[in-house]
Amino acid sequence: MTDTDGAVVEPVRVSFTINGGLLTLELDPRVTLATALREHLGLTGTKIGCDQGQCGACTVLVNGRRINSCLTLAVMHEGDSIATVEGLGTPEVLHPMQAAFIEHDGFQCGYCTPGQILSSLAVIEEIRAGMPSHVTGSLEGPVPLSDEEIRERMSGNLCRCAAYPNIIAAIRDYAGAKP
Amino acid sequence: MKPFSYERPATPAEAIEAAARPGARIIAGGTNLLDLMKLGIEGPAHIVDINRIGLDRIEDTPEGGLRIGALVRNADLAAHPRVRQHYPVLTRALVSGASGQLRNKASVSGNLMQRTRCPYFYNTDMACNKRRPGSGCSAIGGVGHNFAVLGASDACIATHPSDMCVALRALDAVVEIESAGAKRSIAIADFHLLPGDTPHLETALQPGELITGIVLPSPLAGTQIYRKVRDRASYAFANVSMALVATVEHGEVVVERLAFGGLALKPWRVEAAERGPRDPDAIADIVLAGAKSCTETAYKLPLVSRMLAAALETVQ
Repeated sequence: MTDTDGAVVEPVRVSFTINGGLLTLELDPRVTLATALREHLGLTGTKIGCDQGQCGACTVLVNGRRINSCLTLAVMHEGDSIATVEGLGTPEVLHPMQAAFIEHDGFQCGYCTPGQILSSLAVIEEIRAGMPSHVTGSLEGPVPLSDEEIRERMSGNLCRCAAYPNIIAAIRDYAGAKP
Repeated sequence: MKPFSYERPATPAEAIEAAARPGARIIAGGTNLLDLMKLGIEGPAHIVDINRIGLDRIEDTPEGGLRIGALVRNADLAAHPRVRQHYPVLTRALVSGASGQLRNKASVSGNLMQRTRCPYFYNTDMACNKRRPGSGCSAIGGVGHNFAVLGASDACIATHPSDMCVALRALDAVVEIESAGAKRSIAIADFHLLPGDTPHLETALQPGELITGIVLPSPLAGTQIYRKVRDRASYAFANVSMALVATVEHGEVVVERLAFGGLALKPWRVEAAERGPRDPDAIADIVLAGAKSCTETAYKLPLVSRMLAAALETVQ
């Protein structure tokens, strides 16, 4: 194939699972996972904000772990299992975290929301697995599901509308934690 | 992004062979390399994806230390039970760096290999001796408050941004390297280079070499602390960071190991301050011997003694 500048590019075949379905693509190896999702698969729930790993709008789960899909090449994900916001719920049947974001007004413009939601689901798993964070007191005991822990762990997801207090409230509510 | 060919080796030997090709660069997590490729700062002709070659385990060494595979992710290293228990300064350093998403992706070998950088390195309209050797340094006399005050040269004043490497420096880690038919180990002290007049050369890794792991010696006695001062409370590079191992002798706190981030062009260990004076100001004087600051970076100097005072107070 040739790119928009006329350069010849050798496409690379990659197969991965997206939201439970196996897919095979032939891609210019420069295509990031975020772009593959949006432009090649039409999964536009994943947003591209800064395109440099600062804002977290592109957060997806790969093999259950949250990563910035803008900072990884799609072809690096051979055999991986990828979850995007489209796999979480439907407009009729929301995922409970999506419902919690609506209940607590955890957004205004909504652009960062898919990334916020996927990141927050992973954050709860990380806390339950006892993975330490910068604000964790003892490194040897369980990690509390506190606002402080949630806030620190969500620092890779920016919200230009500054809905942060309501995002924390939504996550706390979903996780059954006390304020 | 410039076009490149892509290869996904299955073993370290295949990776070493592939990495020897002209214009080849190794990609692991890719969180630094891809960012720089998008900006046109890096433009490899060939990408060698080493994410399927193994080297992703953390194992005890016969000497009582720990061998960390090159592809272990920062998040997994931080959470490893032995690291938390015996090398807590490393866990604390790791979790003070980047974001949760990046720590899940970034590898420990990539952390070693990340570029020493400043805003002028990122701005391709400005002169930078790292991007274009001999073009000059826009940062010297430029705008910015996070430049180096130690180890700088007339060619470069960028800071090495890693937190992990500061802890590794305090712990005397060793980097294990393989190339075609050869293996070698290099102390972390010698892995990162000072800029001199060749700031584009940042590490001792040679073309055709692959980092296979990092070895930690047996654990140190004492209290291990990592402190980081930065522009915001989370997800920012250090203005000044400090890895400290301290013990108590006859009721007095003794600095056993001391290393800094944010001050210098490489992770900055200060052996001369170890097992030396007890007073934070006296220790800071040793740390900052030869420091050169400008109006915008002068704030870093008093931070050193203040961070030491705050940290030493917590040692019991």
